[in-house]
Amino acid sequence: MNKPVEPGVITDAKKRYSAGVLKYRQMGYWDADYVPKDTDTLCLFRITPQDGVDPIEAAAAVAGESSTATWTVVWTDRLTACDSYRAKAYRVEPVPNNPGQYFAWVAYDIILFEEGSIANITASLIGNVFSFKPLKAARLEDIRMPVALVKTFKGPPTGLVVERERLDKFGRPLLGATTKPKLGLSGRNYGRVIYEGLKGGLDFMKDDENINSQPFMHWRDRFLYVMDAVNKASAATGEVKGSYLNVTGATMEDIYERAEFAKELGSVVIMLDLIIGWSAIQSMANWARKNDMIVHMHRAGHGTYTRQKSHGVSFRVMAKWLRLAGVDHLHTGTAVGKLEGDPMTVQGYYNVCRDSFTRQDLPRGLFFDQDWCDMKKVMPVASGGIHAGQMHQLISLFGDDVILQFGGGTIGHPAGIQAGAVANRVALECMVKARNEGKDINVEGPDILRKAAQTCTPLKQALDTWGDISFNYTSTDTSDFAVTPAVA
Amino acid sequence: MMTNPTGRLTQGQFSFLPDLTDDEIALQIQYGLGKGYAWSVEYTDDPHPRNTYWEMFGMPMFDLRDAAGVMAELRECRKTFPQHYIRLMAFDSTRGVESIAMSFIVNRPENEPGFGLVRQEVNGRSMRYTVRGYAADKPEAERY
Repeated sequence: MNKPVEPGVITDAKKRYSAGVLKYRQMGYWDADYVPKDTDTLCLFRITPQDGVDPIEAAAAVAGESSTATWTVVWTDRLTACDSYRAKAYRVEPVPNNPGQYFAWVAYDIILFEEGSIANITASLIGNVFSFKPLKAARLEDIRMPVALVKTFKGPPTGLVVERERLDKFGRPLLGATTKPKLGLSGRNYGRVIYEGLKGGLDFMKDDENINSQPFMHWRDRFLYVMDAVNKASAATGEVKGSYLNVTGATMEDIYERAEFAKELGSVVIMLDLIIGWSAIQSMANWARKNDMIVHMHRAGHGTYTRQKSHGVSFRVMAKWLRLAGVDHLHTGTAVGKLEGDPMTVQGYYNVCRDSFTRQDLPRGLFFDQDWCDMKKVMPVASGGIHAGQMHQLISLFGDDVILQFGGGTIGHPAGIQAGAVANRVALECMVKARNEGKDINVEGPDILRKAAQTCTPLKQALDTWGDISFNYTSTDTSDFAVTPAVA
Repeated sequence: MMTNPTGRLTQGQFSFLPDLTDDEIALQIQYGLGKGYAWSVEYTDDPHPRNTYWEMFGMPMFDLRDAAGVMAELRECRKTFPQHYIRLMAFDSTRGVESIAMSFIVNRPENEPGFGLVRQEVNGRSMRYTVRGYAADKPEAERY
């Protein structure tokens, strides 16, 4: 039966390991004096304890349940160097402006994780702990991985610098579009959209996340027609072009088979959906390294983890794991488009993809410094409900190293797909040029676009059609932080 | 004449815009110098999309901090190769980049015939594709 316990860590081994249930903080999962080591993995959780549960005990429980703890004392702990394996919650603070929620900092010794395995890291950090009853909700807000752990991962197979060299495209964002409608086009009709978009001036076209091999279009048919379109557009423009061939399939064998065919046909890029899982992603990163392939990651399904602020995993953590796991493109939000995203928070995701060293930046939701140890950089992708009229905002928010994808904004152009592509490319080039000339595009952007439209009818039509469209909904995921006054 | 909407080769940062004037080119050079890039002038008469190595008109100008100097090199190159493609490239030596940061075309031949697509039917419905410049059949320096 449960024995009465004294508060505080029990240091007497006999008492500590006598059968029964102890509080997590007494078992060694809470240590307010703990100084994190450079080799520790640090996690920041946002926790909502059940009513009546002490926040420190809740934080200790998170540390316990994400490392060694079971619900009761086990004597077999004493066969191990058990203190090494216990994660240590070392700091708990109320979340500013969110009553009932607490930030809990937890440190994990480097021995806890298998080298080079996101599956192993996630099994601990977002495993059982997220179903733990004493918490109403928990969210992994941010993570700092030590240099020694980062170096066990190979990272992006190509990286954004080498991608640009292969594509021969520098000094401007890349342009893409997702083929629409998502479903129902035959392979032949599908290839038409690819050809028009690429010939019109886009760098990439893209399969959608749920285009795999349905009755209306077998995957081989899609690949064959798409590659005909890509090569024809390349000849028509003199540029390297690509189309993300989605190789997602039911089994690893299917995925490999599709990727091999894409390679055989000369595609520069393949595409994976996030829902294939961490191990499959790491396998395909290895395959891509071996086959000079760019890997486009569509974050399909991430909203189930990332969207709710009180429970799940922040996308900045997902982005860090995906960079380690090895993807070259990652959808990271638009801030101004139709999908979720507060601009500062979204910029935080971009930084995680592209930084050599990510600095703590609370307004952007980045709680830790992260040294990337020269790991290749991921090209972020802004896709979903954006159009040429927002070009100045997009370039101002995200800079040059980004792929801007205008699906509806290309294919829905009143004068056709090529005209839509021209509008986007002209808008892009005139804005980059103006910014480089020293113009303040945040202020002058709309004028710059209107001026360029005077000599470009497709851009004029695009601005007339979509110029005023915006998606101004309140974001559900903004960063919570208190401004700490600088010490004088 | 190429059949894409611009009617010309669309490589580089600004091919969809009207040709940049010399003053506009100088502003772009100045922007790159401000970022610490080194400019280089390159030319070719074989603009195949995968012809990576255009000829260098001298080495990258690592120690040149003034746009006027780059413009002088460009003028010299235009004089020597008036019917070639000429591009300006900016190199960024920052750790973690160490690659090209800007690239745009600043001279073109009067007539841009473009490329044909050679199809070779192989295994079943598969195809092998070759992009071939219409001008590339002639020897170097006699193409435009």
